[in-house]
Amino acid sequence: MNNPLRFLALPRLTPRVFHVWQRNRDVFVKTYRVNFLPPFLEPILYLLSLGFGVGSFIPEIAGVSYAQYIAPALVSISIMNAGFFECTYASYVRMYYQKTFDAIIATPLTIDEVIVGEILWGATRAFINTLIMLPVLFLFGVLDLPWSLLVIPFAIWAGLLFAAIGMCFTALTPGIDTLNLPTFLFITPMFLFSGTFFPLTLLPKFVQYLAVALLPLTHVVTVIRSLTLGIPSPLLPVSLVWLSAATVLAFLLAVNLMKRRLVV
Amino acid sequence: MLPGVQEGRGTGMAPVIEARGLTKRFGEFTAVDHVTFRVEPGEVFGFLGPNGAGKTTTMRMIQCVSPKTEGSLQVFGMEVDGHESEIKRRIGFVPQENNLDPDFTVYMNLLVYSRYFDIPREEADPMIRELLSFVELSEKRDTPIEKLSGGMKRRLILARALINQPQLLILDEPTVGLDPQARHLIWERLRELRSRGNTIVLTTHYLEEAERLCDRLVIMDRGGILVEGQPRDLVLKHAGTHVVETDDTPEVRQCLERLGTRYESIGGMIQAYTDAPRDVTRTLVGECQLGHVAARPATLEDVFLRLTGRKLRE
Repeated sequence: MNNPLRFLALPRLTPRVFHVWQRNRDVFVKTYRVNFLPPFLEPILYLLSLGFGVGSFIPEIAGVSYAQYIAPALVSISIMNAGFFECTYASYVRMYYQKTFDAIIATPLTIDEVIVGEILWGATRAFINTLIMLPVLFLFGVLDLPWSLLVIPFAIWAGLLFAAIGMCFTALTPGIDTLNLPTFLFITPMFLFSGTFFPLTLLPKFVQYLAVALLPLTHVVTVIRSLTLGIPSPLLPVSLVWLSAATVLAFLLAVNLMKRRLVV
Repeated sequence: MLPGVQEGRGTGMAPVIEARGLTKRFGEFTAVDHVTFRVEPGEVFGFLGPNGAGKTTTMRMIQCVSPKTEGSLQVFGMEVDGHESEIKRRIGFVPQENNLDPDFTVYMNLLVYSRYFDIPREEADPMIRELLSFVELSEKRDTPIEKLSGGMKRRLILARALINQPQLLILDEPTVGLDPQARHLIWERLRELRSRGNTIVLTTHYLEEAERLCDRLVIMDRGGILVEGQPRDLVLKHAGTHVVETDDTPEVRQCLERLGTRYESIGGMIQAYTDAPRDVTRTLVGECQLGHVAARPATLEDVFLRLTGRKLRE
């Protein structure tokens, strides 16, 4: 029982995972007006205030306009928020307050399938946000085509990572209030210090290392900025490897930690 | 299978549930302690017991959502470990806590649930119509869950549990918190399901419910099974046909001991268990000089309280 490798056990899955995804999709579609508005408005507001407001004092950053520089960060942040918050607060409410997971595991579905369905739905939220944001950003003239189109499939991958990380916290949190801790101690610093609004190189060396070693958003921004600018960052190979490993790890941890919490 | 075990209750069919030495521990605490029972096809089988007796834990093991610690547990002839999905596909479950999906209407709750069983929409739709009429909720088809009364929610949960046409229906405290009308409607529906040949397992601490519905039952306490049998037999065996209630005085006690009648002192009252209430009453009134005495038929509640004691359970 104390073998740490059991937290990396592979989940047993059937296509029924899709039914959990479908359930969340049905709720989402029911309230689509509220759901579609934030990813549509957010890039506009940020680009106007930061990109073109603050940006008017910044003639150029890393060879591009400030609006071009932060546009990929806005997409990355939206992916992070969609995946992370869907699988923390929203999943926690379904698990603990609505007893939705209990209701589902009384059917042929297993807890593995419920958790994976939730994570896939979190990734889907990230994908939907990206799908809405890209045309808006394109109209502002801050995207390079066709490379930027690759951001769409990448959003599913990055969304999967943040959803899985969120689910790990959901598995560990004693209550819904303590979910504020990862939000303030992990998500907010990441939002500010992952090469989002200024280059990482401005930070002290050891902080740079920390950001590269520990902050998934750093790598997501690196990949998306490489695509929206059409200029591959020198960090790109490192980021792709880091993200691959982190996604697998977070996904397996999420499923097994949730099993530990729910299978009693 | 052992030849002796197979004879069972004369149905000749394999049991729906068979537990032997079934045990569940949570760390140091033993919630279910080596229980052995079997549930035959077509019967209504009850689990009675005070809070914390291990009833719900036993249900959760049968449902394959809580792994057993020890012993053997077969459902539909399959060992639960390793056959979870196959077993769950054939079970309908009414949980103690309302876990309807608050994000959906009545109809969508059933439709979303039918998908978990891989039931195609074309089959689910007529089924949902039929089930809503069975639980008298047809008019509420498009009502959001929060607008339903407690009794309606309970009925909807029953309908939801039937969506996969289960061979085994498990109900955990099916009528807790309901008014008498709503309770009677649920009972009526359960009897109807029984008459269609469904096997039903229920937990309850409403003894009237158990007496009315169950063909057979067990009384559990502290993780173990105290007695098993048909409700009427259990009453006769453990309480007699009648209970005579009277004041608790030394004379009364002497009288009863002289008569050889079993009795208990409860809150300043004596309860005597007997098959001859007239004789006991006559003796008490005639020879023991007391004012207050009343006889009433014995119920399952008397058995329950005698066996599990009167201390409050948290």
